[in-house]
Amino acid sequence: MTAAPTPVIVNPTLLRAQRARTGVRVRIVVTLAVIGLVVVAAVVVPMLYGYDPVAANLIDRLKPPGSTLMDGSTAFLGTDPIGRDLVPDMMAGARVSLVVGAATLAISGVIGVLLGILAGHFGGWIDTVLMRLADIQLAFPSILLAILMAAVLGQGVGNVIIVLSISNWVVFARVARSQVLALKNLEYVEAARTLGAGNWHLMFRTLLPGCVAPILVVTTTQFGQVVLAESSLSFLGVGVPLGVPSLGSTIHDGLQYLSAQGWWISTFPGVLLLVVVLAFGILGDALRDRFDPRLRSA
Amino acid sequence: MSHGKGVDKGGALRDRLVNDNVATSRTVVAAFRDRWGFVGRAVVGYVIRRLVLAVFVLWGVASVVFVIVRLVPADPALLIAGETATPEQLAALRADMGLDRPWLVQYGTYLLDAVRGDFGSSYVRSMPASQIIGQALPNTALLAVLACALALVVSFPLGLLAALRVNKLEDRAVTAGSLVVQALPGFWIGIVLMLVFSRTLKWLPSAGLDSPKALIMPVVVLSLPFLAILTRMTRSGLLEVVGEGYIQTARAKGLPERTVIFPHAIRNAMIPIVTVVGLQFGTLLGGAVITETVFSFPGIGRLLVQSIETRDYNVVQACVIVIAAAFVIINMVVDLLYGFLDPRVRLSR
Repeated sequence: MTAAPTPVIVNPTLLRAQRARTGVRVRIVVTLAVIGLVVVAAVVVPMLYGYDPVAANLIDRLKPPGSTLMDGSTAFLGTDPIGRDLVPDMMAGARVSLVVGAATLAISGVIGVLLGILAGHFGGWIDTVLMRLADIQLAFPSILLAILMAAVLGQGVGNVIIVLSISNWVVFARVARSQVLALKNLEYVEAARTLGAGNWHLMFRTLLPGCVAPILVVTTTQFGQVVLAESSLSFLGVGVPLGVPSLGSTIHDGLQYLSAQGWWISTFPGVLLLVVVLAFGILGDALRDRFDPRLRSA
Repeated sequence: MSHGKGVDKGGALRDRLVNDNVATSRTVVAAFRDRWGFVGRAVVGYVIRRLVLAVFVLWGVASVVFVIVRLVPADPALLIAGETATPEQLAALRADMGLDRPWLVQYGTYLLDAVRGDFGSSYVRSMPASQIIGQALPNTALLAVLACALALVVSFPLGLLAALRVNKLEDRAVTAGSLVVQALPGFWIGIVLMLVFSRTLKWLPSAGLDSPKALIMPVVVLSLPFLAILTRMTRSGLLEVVGEGYIQTARAKGLPERTVIFPHAIRNAMIPIVTVVGLQFGTLLGGAVITETVFSFPGIGRLLVQSIETRDYNVVQACVIVIAAAFVIINMVVDLLYGFLDPRVRLSR
């Protein structure tokens, strides 16, 4: 006599929740893998090719993707107007774009979070002044501010970072402030205060750790936007200086060869830019679902 | 969904509820009159506060632009007179332009002139900056309005579809699509469209504004990110509203699903959409700078980039202030509209 099969109890709600968790995990892993791949390629590929931003080889200029070059190598994505292989050119551009993005987020993140915690913790006039300032800045298209400042400061990688940091701190300040406001009346903060914690301890030991999740989410979402903004500035000619490759400037360089003779120059860096921005966007959404369900994405 | 199906269909109670409901979804004009009339004084205060804030922001923008443009390490007199000018000529020109006066005086005259719409003359073209802007602004306005309209027209049905078929195939397709579209670099998609439709297929002109056909690509490119955000907002706004009590009430009284969704759910879902339209308009104007540059479109964005290239700072100044003013005014209108759509906002202030 065989035992009756154990009845499998399926709770549809639990099942759905589990499937959602798996979905989030898959999104995080896949996007992180894509981002990691781009970062590694941006570092390694220009070195492998012995990339030289000023080298020119007019015989190999404007070769379509897949051509064999003079030195016997294959240009998988074609060559640019001065005969450079597009692959290392593009990856060197990605490297500049990623560095600008990371530096911008580091600067604007630290400043923004600091000011946001100050505003949220102390309230009063500090809060009023900082948030009015943020309102005024948000009442102004940030790309316009960036263009104007870049025009004044001149071209340069450092200037692009400064300009983008100035137009990005507001996002961090707002998120940090609203998180502090949500946390500051919770019991664990009350407990710390009762035990005699000073402002410094409350802000950086008690409140800051509670802000990490939303800040992480915002950082990820903003990364794609900052890379896009840098490319836009460089495309408009007010970003990185001539000679420094960037995804935006490479796309701009290809604009005048936009026909059968050179369609690949603008197209491939654009695809790479799209992939980077999209990966950070999806990662940001997934992290939000994972760490901050209250802010669940639309 | 089928909430409330079969509840008291056709009874007197239902008729009364339906009639009540008809009363709550009167025409917008009638609702407007009722609501604004009822709390007239609060509304006047609200409008005045918004106007004061708008003026304050514009003053801030004008001041920032004044400071930034004067930080430029270039002498405007030298730019106009050219390298060959004698020191005496330069000094005369500076006195003529008021550049020798104290900064505070310059700032005062600058603000007064700006209020009157006088932004000085272009250094490059010998005509007033305001006149140059007057030629470019209508083109950008047309571009922005068409892009906005296209985004609204396309995003609304898509968002509605996604919300009604939530977590089904349609929803997933719309959500994924909007994510991709949102990540598209505007200048790059412009180039790709140009490559396909003007260089390869030769259907559309690639630059300028000589025929209405030349508007198609810039409008599409400019509206894409806007369209994606609006689709997501429509979807999430509707999903949020559908969970609320008054929707259950509407269903419980046996209203057809069509009636539940259309006047009831949509009206409240409109609130975040209106806000996003306002907030994103700045992004749209910023996007116009890029779109116009890609398509050589004779608008204010391209004028701005060109003026920066030629160091025509009076025009740069005027462009930035005009764009900021447009943005501030639109935001103000949106805020007022918001107060109208959601009485809670108006009364709480």
